[in-house]
Amino acid sequence: MRFFGAAVLPLVITLIVIFGIGKGVKIFDCFIEGAKEGLVTVKNILPSIVGLVVAVSMLKASGGLDIIVKFLSPLSGITGIPEEIMPLAVLNPISGGGALSMYELILKEYGPDSYLGRVASVMMGATETTFYAIAVYFGSVGIKKTRHTVFAGLIADFTSFVASAWTVKLFFGS
Amino acid sequence: MMMNYVWGAMVVFSFISACFSGNMQALSDSVVNGGQEAISLVIKLTGMMCLWGGIMKIAEKSELTKVICNMLRPLFSFLYKSIDKNSLTARAMSMNITANLLGLGNAATPLGLEAMRRMQEENPDKSRATDDMVVFVVMNSAAMRLIPTTVATLRTQFGSASPMEIMPATWLSTLLSLFAGVTVAKLISRITSKNKENIFDLRFSKRSKVR
Repeated sequence: MRFFGAAVLPLVITLIVIFGIGKGVKIFDCFIEGAKEGLVTVKNILPSIVGLVVAVSMLKASGGLDIIVKFLSPLSGITGIPEEIMPLAVLNPISGGGALSMYELILKEYGPDSYLGRVASVMMGATETTFYAIAVYFGSVGIKKTRHTVFAGLIADFTSFVASAWTVKLFFGS
Repeated sequence: MMMNYVWGAMVVFSFISACFSGNMQALSDSVVNGGQEAISLVIKLTGMMCLWGGIMKIAEKSELTKVICNMLRPLFSFLYKSIDKNSLTARAMSMNITANLLGLGNAATPLGLEAMRRMQEENPDKSRATDDMVVFVVMNSAAMRLIPTTVATLRTQFGSASPMEIMPATWLSTLLSLFAGVTVAKLISRITSKNKENIFDLRFSKRSKVR
């Protein structure tokens, strides 16, 4: 399994390069051309990332995040999300790195094969950092009116949180 | 527009929280550190963006993207009816979706941004997201990976007897979440599109021209 996990990335790149050679593409010239375009995209998303990362680290350092978690903890009873997992659920849409370190804490404390460990694992596997994605994707092309993306993205997140608690019960019993 | 409120709320709420919790010094430090953290994140991302921009170009010139796009055809006729299935936009989108499915998060973002750039070229109002963009970003903000590599690696590290056992549960959760997100996005798009000839829309587009 470990080999497979490690092989995906190199394999994909190698296959694309071999395919390119097979079709007679000037692969290195092509690569340089594409990489230049990548650089332009980085320039466009830099401001969004700075803005979001600073705001998230402010939220964490000020203790504001803990307040939000406390405020939302009654929701755990209604939705079936275990209370211990609530901080992970709150962090998940706003901070990828934060969610990852929270996930590690949960694994360390409860073990990966416990109910809580499994719910946290499913939650981590089934979500992305919504606000980061929205800021970067729209920031890269300069779109200001994101319309209902935030709302729909949060609905998707919420569904996956509730679903992780539910699917783990379904597949493993509680 | 929504992001303005979210961002503003985060900053203001942080300050108020710090006033009450006595974490003002920590908050002050976090502003400086946050800026640095963002830049190191961007530097990490720069390598990936260039790498995948280049690899994507090879895949495109060799028409590999066309092959992959054809495989995802059913998905396009279902989710993105207004996008021409033979266009470069559709191809970039299918590369992003493939990278997501393979669990290559580092590749998915650069490829997704490439797709956004293409979609933006055909967007009549450059400051406003199109319906397809909304669905595309929602799909990327939910997860659509078949192999949760990061999770499996961490589970192994923490001594799980069976790191991949959570996969079926993850698939079901992802599917439900994607379904909910995309349905909501499509529904709201449909409701709001009726107001297109509305005065408000005209006024907004005029304002964006002035800017």
